[in-house]
Amino acid sequence: MALTGSRVRRSIALMWRGMRSHPGIYVLAVGASGLFGALTVGVSRAVGWATDSVVVPAIAGDEAARDRVWLGGLVLAAVAVSLALAVAARRIWAGYGVVRIQADHRTALTRQYLRLPASWHRGHPAGQLLNHTTSDTEAATGVFNPLPFALGVVVMIGVSVALLLTIDPWLTLAALAVIPVTVAVNAVYQRHMSPAVTRAQRLRGDVADVAHESFEAALLVKALGTEDREESRFGGRTQELRAANVRVGIVRSLFDPVIQTLPSIGTLLVLGVGTWRISTGDVAPGDLVTAAYLLTMMTVPVQAFGWVLGELPRALVGYERIAQVADATGALAHGDARLPQTPGQAGMSVRLADVGVDLPAISGARGRSITLLDGVDVEIEPGATVAVVGTTGAGKTTLVSLLARLSDPTRGQVLLDGVDARTLADGEIPAQVALVTQSTFIFEDTVRGNVTLADPGAPGAPSDSEVWDALRLARLDETVRDLAGGLDAPLGERGANLSGGQRQRLAIARALVRAPRLLVLDDATSAVDPRVEQEILRGLADRADDGAGAEPDTDPRPGTTVLMVAYRMSSVALADRVIHVEGGRVADTGTHDELMARDPGYRALATAYEVETERREKERADEAAAGALDDELDELEEVAR
Amino acid sequence: MTAVTDEAEVPEDLLDADGARIESTSSLGVFATLRRGIEISPEITRGMWITLGLALLAAAGRVVVPLAVQQTIDVGILADAGPDLGRVALLASLATGALVLAALCAALVNVRLFRSAEAGLATLRTKAFRHVHNLSTLTQNTERRGALVSRVTNDVDTVSLFVQWGGIMLLVSALQILVATGLMLVYSPILTAVVWISFVPMFLVIRYGQKYVNRAYTLVRERVGAMLGAISESVVGAETVRAYGVAERTGRRIDGAIEDARSAQARSQVLVAGTFSSGVLISNLVLAVVVVVGTLLGVGGGLTAGQLVAFLFLVQLFTGPVQMATEILNELQNAVAGWRRVIAVIDTPVQVAEKPGAVTQQRGPAHVTLRDVRFSYPNGPEVLHGVTLDLPPRTKVAVVGQTGSGKTTIAKLVTRLMDPTAGAVELDGVNLRDLAFASLRERVVLVPQEGFLFDGTVLENAAYGLRAPLPVPVGAGSSPARDVGEGQASRTESSDAEPSGTEPSGGERLAVEPSGGEQAGAERAAVEQAFAELGLSDWVADLPDGLETAVGQRGEALSAGERQLVAIARAYLAQPDLLVLDEATSAVDPATEVRIARALDSLTAGRSTITIAHRLSTAEASDLVVVVDQGHVAEVGPHAELAAADGIYAQMHASWVAQTR
Repeated sequence: MALTGSRVRRSIALMWRGMRSHPGIYVLAVGASGLFGALTVGVSRAVGWATDSVVVPAIAGDEAARDRVWLGGLVLAAVAVSLALAVAARRIWAGYGVVRIQADHRTALTRQYLRLPASWHRGHPAGQLLNHTTSDTEAATGVFNPLPFALGVVVMIGVSVALLLTIDPWLTLAALAVIPVTVAVNAVYQRHMSPAVTRAQRLRGDVADVAHESFEAALLVKALGTEDREESRFGGRTQELRAANVRVGIVRSLFDPVIQTLPSIGTLLVLGVGTWRISTGDVAPGDLVTAAYLLTMMTVPVQAFGWVLGELPRALVGYERIAQVADATGALAHGDARLPQTPGQAGMSVRLADVGVDLPAISGARGRSITLLDGVDVEIEPGATVAVVGTTGAGKTTLVSLLARLSDPTRGQVLLDGVDARTLADGEIPAQVALVTQSTFIFEDTVRGNVTLADPGAPGAPSDSEVWDALRLARLDETVRDLAGGLDAPLGERGANLSGGQRQRLAIARALVRAPRLLVLDDATSAVDPRVEQEILRGLADRADDGAGAEPDTDPRPGTTVLMVAYRMSSVALADRVIHVEGGRVADTGTHDELMARDPGYRALATAYEVETERREKERADEAAAGALDDELDELEEVAR
Repeated sequence: MTAVTDEAEVPEDLLDADGARIESTSSLGVFATLRRGIEISPEITRGMWITLGLALLAAAGRVVVPLAVQQTIDVGILADAGPDLGRVALLASLATGALVLAALCAALVNVRLFRSAEAGLATLRTKAFRHVHNLSTLTQNTERRGALVSRVTNDVDTVSLFVQWGGIMLLVSALQILVATGLMLVYSPILTAVVWISFVPMFLVIRYGQKYVNRAYTLVRERVGAMLGAISESVVGAETVRAYGVAERTGRRIDGAIEDARSAQARSQVLVAGTFSSGVLISNLVLAVVVVVGTLLGVGGGLTAGQLVAFLFLVQLFTGPVQMATEILNELQNAVAGWRRVIAVIDTPVQVAEKPGAVTQQRGPAHVTLRDVRFSYPNGPEVLHGVTLDLPPRTKVAVVGQTGSGKTTIAKLVTRLMDPTAGAVELDGVNLRDLAFASLRERVVLVPQEGFLFDGTVLENAAYGLRAPLPVPVGAGSSPARDVGEGQASRTESSDAEPSGTEPSGGERLAVEPSGGEQAGAERAAVEQAFAELGLSDWVADLPDGLETAVGQRGEALSAGERQLVAIARAYLAQPDLLVLDEATSAVDPATEVRIARALDSLTAGRSTITIAHRLSTAEASDLVVVVDQGHVAEVGPHAELAAADGIYAQMHASWVAQTR
């Protein structure tokens, strides 16, 4: 989408692309504008005709002219009506064009927001991204407001120039002399305006960014009482934006009067040259009068070009800011392979083959890439429940998010049912793998919409009974039943009317309703009561058993494969196997008992509470003993006295 | 399990009665909106009279040109004695002079207007922004974040065109109309009356049309706000969208919002085009009427042909500003629509507000008392039914209870994020309602469950807790909190290269300014020390860039547990007298959690902490356990005592022990 070449080339490409994308609208808009141009001439002609052949003779006593008064009025009225219609049509279609191109930009931008990976989003502030869809989009399309007007009157200007030529080439030359001046003025303008407007648009994005971030952090700001600090942070950016806007304004303030004065200067120049030509006898006085009136009339249409030129720098900057997003790459490519099994069938087998993940240094401070995972080799058999345990920051989240292909490993392969995840077709993984992340995102939608993430009645959308089943498994059914509206109850933005634990359970229901073949829980129950967590996990295990026992005669099919990041030992105890991750590597893997026996790091994690309780009890006992000893000593002293 | 309304904010529609909500738009009329707008940003009208004078000169200059052209032709070119070169030259140069003067005045007017308008808009933005933070948490949640952003950005921008150009031009146009009317009266009072009467239907159309234009623009603002809300979901929820493969559906929803905004915009364009072209229509029809009536008058001997021709010229001087005025009035409606949205924010009442003459307290150990505290969310059921608690100073309190029992509500009341519906929360014997916010926030800090991080480094985020500038040997003594320039979290541009070559993230970082050298050094030392004291130095050392590690948008480059670690360090650096931890380590591994808990124990000795936790290890370590059950305080006492008794806590603790072994 990016534009290339010189500024003139890019400007023309920008305008051409916009118009070409909605040819119907622009044919009408430019057509109406052309009509407007012709009718402007028409009005002046009609007034001239009415004056010369009706008003003056009629007042002079011409009976015939007096009878023509009403006809004159009618002709003028008819021209007025057509002119007004042309104006309305020009503005309506020009407006339609602008809002359509804006909608196009917004669609293109948001498609990219949806396509680009989380890593891209981490580096692009939400406020900036929102600002692209408003301020930058408006900037990029501002030029389309006067454009049809300017293009429509091209014909009118052409006709005028032709008329001038028939009168006298020197007069024409005088009239056109302002063109090179305009070009020069415009060149100076564009040179000053481009950097100014670039800065202003960037600061607009920054202001939106600070606002967005600060509002997202509203609770924190209140909790720490940093309102003043946020105000001065925002105020600082706002003042920078003000200064930048004033700078843009000053450049524009100087350009506009100059460009608007030039046509008048041209007219006066023509008068001067014309008088000289009359004195040499080359031009008749009447012809010069015609020429002068023609130019006076042309002033406003010619100014339309000034408006286009004035808007161009902003349009280019806005467009280029949009194009940077529209052209951003980094969305994960998909292959066309399919998983051997279909959704709803038995558990998935998972293998991480010598996987490593490096992170390009996003902070850039030292410019080195960082290894998040290295040499991870894990195999999970279908239907197994595996716990991933490790300290905070060990790489657990990075590991499990590979399975849902939120990102790709730098080295090695992620094999789902033996197929490299990178070769799978778009949609295959979300259809069969459900990842419940640590922080839950709730859409501003109903409970049903948030669980199914599908439109009601869409093909493949889960039925209400399936939704209730999932809610029951996630132990959220009672809560939802108590809500006014039940499944239809609207959840506020980001689920503001649910507690943290309720949001997490909703996310679990969202995963379960898809009957995934691989369920990945990334510490997805941290805000859920331990008792409820147990119920949920046991429910999952029961369901897996049901799946296995449903058709006892055929092969016992293993249930859903579950991979969970967990801290609670009771949850870990439900797993068939434990993977202990430490410093981006798999430290050990085996059953809980095996690891307890041979992995000291794991033992430290697993018994942290126990050890702490014992330590504390011992401390208290010591304190008590010390206290008792003190008391005894005191008593002894007392006795000694 | 109890109803959903407990630990949570209630559905928006429940907030109508008691809770203030951020209205979609203020209900002020057009003039009231203008008055209120100027009251908020008085800069807008600063130096207006000088600007108006210059604008009139500019307008007069523009009228001079057609007159000059006519004069040049009449007396210069068509002179009886043949073209008079000298005269033409004189007139043309006079006209050029007038033109240049007019252009100069116009430029000056523009510059002055840009300055005052931008200053006014900056004030409007900042005031609205600040007011959002002043609003209570419950009120804040009545509007989408994305839409709130549009109130301080896009909606304000909507006002700019009118205040930069429209306001002054409206006055100039009005004066032009007056002058033209005066001149017309000299030529023919009857025709002047005809002109004015002809414009009556237009004034009616405008009056009537403006209502619709206003509504159309208001709808546009609302739809654009809703569109931003929808787009914001796709940005903030990008990971969820990707994980569930619902990009297509999310895209459809956004497309719907974009289309809604587009159709509203298109509708407003049609209305604007309609009113404007009706102005064009009447202006030109008036010409026809004047020609007819004027001729009839002329025939009757009331007017000469020359007078009529001159009058026709004046009519055009009259209709020009009238058309301009219709254009400006449309723009005014657009501005009013945007202004109302911003004013709606600024005029939203602050429910949890500071009283006039609020008290500032001495720092020192915090003694918290809850006296028969009741709380219900606006229009919701009561969730705390008369809670009375005495939490002595220097006590580590653990609040435990089932999901939905009212734990978090207590935390929000103690930190005055909300006020109780009845009863009182007191800090050292002073009702929180009587305390100055600056004093309260200095003494009491809440660490919420979801540790929000700003886009910046770990260092910057932790240092955010250093609310006042650290004492440094030189250059200290600037006012606290206000001062962000001094190496605090001021946002400076960073020229960090983006890895993918896509658009730079706007250079937005919470950066420590290198210029604030000593301040920055002191901050860094304080942050390092905090992490060390919390036993988190190892974790920091393992980070890709140590303290300089960028945390990404909303801290998403870190895991939830890591974000909580930074949030704890941040709160710890704030050095409050009372630290309220609401599930602040829920996503941290047990070993780290225990380490932090122990560190906090020793470090906050002499201070008070209130911890809300599912993990009962916290309760074991506390001095006092408060068990909340269904909005009542069920049990209070030391861990050992309660664990030994046969109550709710004993049960909870037994099952906790079973889960952890």
